[in-house]
Amino acid sequence: MKQTFLRRLYFAAVALFLAAPLIVVAGVSVNEKQDLAFPPKGFSLAWYAQIFADPEWRKALIASLSLAVTAAALAVAIALPLAWFLWRRIAPWANVFQILGLAPFILPPVITALGMLTFWATTGFYGQPWTAVISHAIFFVTLPLVTLSLGFASIDRSLVEAAATMGADDRTVLKTVVLPLIRPYLVSGYAFAFVLSLNEYIVAYMTIGFTLETLPIKIFNALRYGYTPTMASVSVFFVAVAALVFGLIARFGDIRRLLGAMSSES
Amino acid sequence: MKREAPKSLADYSPLFFPGLMLIVFFVIPFSTMIAVSFFQRDPSGFYTPDFVFTNYARFLSLFFGKVLGFSLVLAVMVAICCVVIAFPFTFLLTKRPRKVQTIWLVCLLSVLSLSEVIIGFAWSTLFSRTAGITNLFVAIGLMKEPVALLPSFWAVLTGMVYQALPYTILVLYPALVRLDPTLLEAARTLGASPVRAFMNVVVPALRNTIVATLIMVFVFALGSYLLPQILGRPSHWTLSVLITDQAIYQSNMPFAAAMAVFLVLMSLALVGLTLLVGRRENAL
Amino acid sequence: MSGLVLKDITKSFGSFKAVDTANLSVPHGKFVCLLGPSGCGKTTLLRMIAGLEDPSSGEILLDGTDITPVPTHKRNLGMVFQSLALFPHLSVGDNIAYPLRIRGASREDQKKRSDELLKLIHLSGFSDRPVAKLSGGQRQRVAIARALALSPKLFLLDEPLSALDAKLREAMQVELRQLQQRLGITTFVVTHDQREAMTMADLVVVMGHGKILQAAPPIEIYRKPADAFVADFIGMTNLLDATADRLGRVSVLGQAIPNLVMPEGLTKASVSIRPEDVHLGPVGGDAIAGTVTFVRDLGGTIETFVEAGGKTIVAVATPRERPEVVAGQQVGLILPAEACVVLKS
Ligand SMILES: Nc1ncnc2c1ncn2[C@@H]1O[C@H](COP(=O)(O)OP(=O)(O)O)[C@@H](O)[C@H]1O
Ligand SMILES: [Mg+2]
Repeated sequence: MKQTFLRRLYFAAVALFLAAPLIVVAGVSVNEKQDLAFPPKGFSLAWYAQIFADPEWRKALIASLSLAVTAAALAVAIALPLAWFLWRRIAPWANVFQILGLAPFILPPVITALGMLTFWATTGFYGQPWTAVISHAIFFVTLPLVTLSLGFASIDRSLVEAAATMGADDRTVLKTVVLPLIRPYLVSGYAFAFVLSLNEYIVAYMTIGFTLETLPIKIFNALRYGYTPTMASVSVFFVAVAALVFGLIARFGDIRRLLGAMSSES
Repeated sequence: MKREAPKSLADYSPLFFPGLMLIVFFVIPFSTMIAVSFFQRDPSGFYTPDFVFTNYARFLSLFFGKVLGFSLVLAVMVAICCVVIAFPFTFLLTKRPRKVQTIWLVCLLSVLSLSEVIIGFAWSTLFSRTAGITNLFVAIGLMKEPVALLPSFWAVLTGMVYQALPYTILVLYPALVRLDPTLLEAARTLGASPVRAFMNVVVPALRNTIVATLIMVFVFALGSYLLPQILGRPSHWTLSVLITDQAIYQSNMPFAAAMAVFLVLMSLALVGLTLLVGRRENAL
Repeated sequence: MSGLVLKDITKSFGSFKAVDTANLSVPHGKFVCLLGPSGCGKTTLLRMIAGLEDPSSGEILLDGTDITPVPTHKRNLGMVFQSLALFPHLSVGDNIAYPLRIRGASREDQKKRSDELLKLIHLSGFSDRPVAKLSGGQRQRVAIARALALSPKLFLLDEPLSALDAKLREAMQVELRQLQQRLGITTFVVTHDQREAMTMADLVVVMGHGKILQAAPPIEIYRKPADAFVADFIGMTNLLDATADRLGRVSVLGQAIPNLVMPEGLTKASVSIRPEDVHLGPVGGDAIAGTVTFVRDLGGTIETFVEAGGKTIVAVATPRERPEVVAGQQVGLILPAEACVVLKS
């Protein structure tokens, strides 16, 4: 009895810690006037409308979404053939590429950011919007690489062999057996990369920060020139998007397995 | 379809695109950065090619030593706080029904994916005088009037713990969820209380995991670059902040690159240590 | 010749030879059982026939042509894996129609063939079920139907029945044998159960330590095992050390066996005699003297354990044939020459 109570208390404390700043931000975001009061003074959803109505915020929103959509797609396009090759072939040296794929995520982000900055500056492309797409794709390639490697590892090799005995060549096996089986891992890899790209600041800032504003860059700039409740509403919007995406993954996939639980004992 | 070593060029073809992308856009930028760290600063443009050690020599200043020392101490404190909070939490979480676990994991991932900008903004709001937590204390009569709790070291530490806590939990999760439950049950049948069983069985069994997690969270915390700026004073700036500052605002890319190289070497050494610790665990 | 021929097939994993110079010739349409203890190389041999594993040396001929370099997907096989390898993302019907689908057959043709096969395996109406919803025996049959969908040249099964309970297994053995006879496909079944092999096979191939020890019809394997390992592995047997006496007769436990001559050039050998061939009689004459140590009455048969010369010999008979004996009794063991197999030891 006492233990259950203590556990609940502990869980509640962690939950409160994680939620408190978001609650305050959510409260601030519904202020009626343009001030950052908490508890909010009055109630208004105008600051949410601002995200879409204000041309500046809308531009940043579109820039962020385009960046996240394309960068995540490119990250998956890099990770899929690599993970497939590593699973399909015996080539220990090819693990070098896996390490290269994991490195940007493990190292402090400022390093990737600075590497990208020097590279784009040296090659003369500094500031082009597409440089951010490539930079983010490389920065987040780790996520689809990890989920896809997990996905491939979960395929029973005898399924592939069975397909071969029935006359399927490599390409057919890939199309009819392997891809359908790893689709959930593909989708979650994309989703992870998408959400993180949407939220990423430093790499985007160092590559395109002076030519294009993504939402996080815009929030940070706004932070320096005075607070507005729109920043709060954008933040809430971000939390909602992340929760929605991860919620969908959990609903249609096995998030516990993706995060390292052995298998879904059902 | 046999799993065998690739023989023909066609067998290697899946590797072409990923290999090309990773080499051109990661290995080369990384090498460029290393090269730039030996270049001369050019105040009018970015830099001029050269081979000098002046950028590294600047490390030897007192200022730099202070920043480095502060970064390390801060990261260590964050790592310890996170592991102390997260380890029992994650352990208890893995004992909950699958559905509860899933909900928690979704929430943790959502917080983990939050931009540092947003975390910084949220905590700066929570610690502010106008919209902050102190208003609440005033309302329940604990305080006379609201105060700003930032900028301060504690604000930086809180923000960074907030940022790193979901990461810590998710790093610990696989090890704890795979922990053999009979281990604990055995201890319980021998009459140990749950807390004792946890302290005497689970903690020692995962000692290496804990060490590895501490190191990983430490590296993660080293990477924080916005929270010290938003929540702290300039004296609370870390190496990551300094690198950004030098690269963007001081336009001193060679010096920024030199610091980054230094940070990489330190991180790599620590990641290597993590792998070593991990290997020992597997060997047991 | 028509049929399958293995020529000096060897498979090494590092320095370990999983299959060691295997030679075998199987005429078209035969039912072959690969039999041997776990780890003796049966699966490896089967996988080489399927092309899932490359032989380190040797060749595999199908109807006279060397198929060793032919990749699996061009060998026209049907294979049932030990894990069954049913596709979890496809329904029962789609699993069975898979070989047709990848060859571009129309939806109707796929449906027609899979319905035909479902009928054959008594699972009509299961077409749209997910495979996860089937019982073990049903899954087994779906795997078999899928492997047969294109009427393959070779039908390969790796311990297909090992996951079933004893009763279902016996029923499936008979079903599998009848199906094969109807279709006339050359079939290889891996098993470590000698009863299963005896039930189904035209040809039993006994393997041990990577080598093919004997390939012969079941009854010949039983009656004329090639060596002590085969004799011991196939059914119960009594293996006794034998020497040649002055007249060249085989002598076991110090007693010469009438009319059994030691083959040329041998002085020492083993004699294998099946328990049902050992007769019990009174002490004296040519009989070997022994003491009954234990009697096990199984109802249908009685097993009598007799100790003689430090060895325990088992005799089996039906209650009607067997004189009443009790533990501790002195008896004479008679080993008829025609039932004794002399093996090099
Ligand atoms: N891929 C492999 N690598 C190394 N050894 C193997 C491999 N496959 C099989 N073996 C070894 O070859 C031997 C025969 O294996 P297998 O053919 O599976 O035996 P069986 O099917 O008769 O039980 C075993 O000792 C096994 O450990
Ligand atoms: Mg086997």
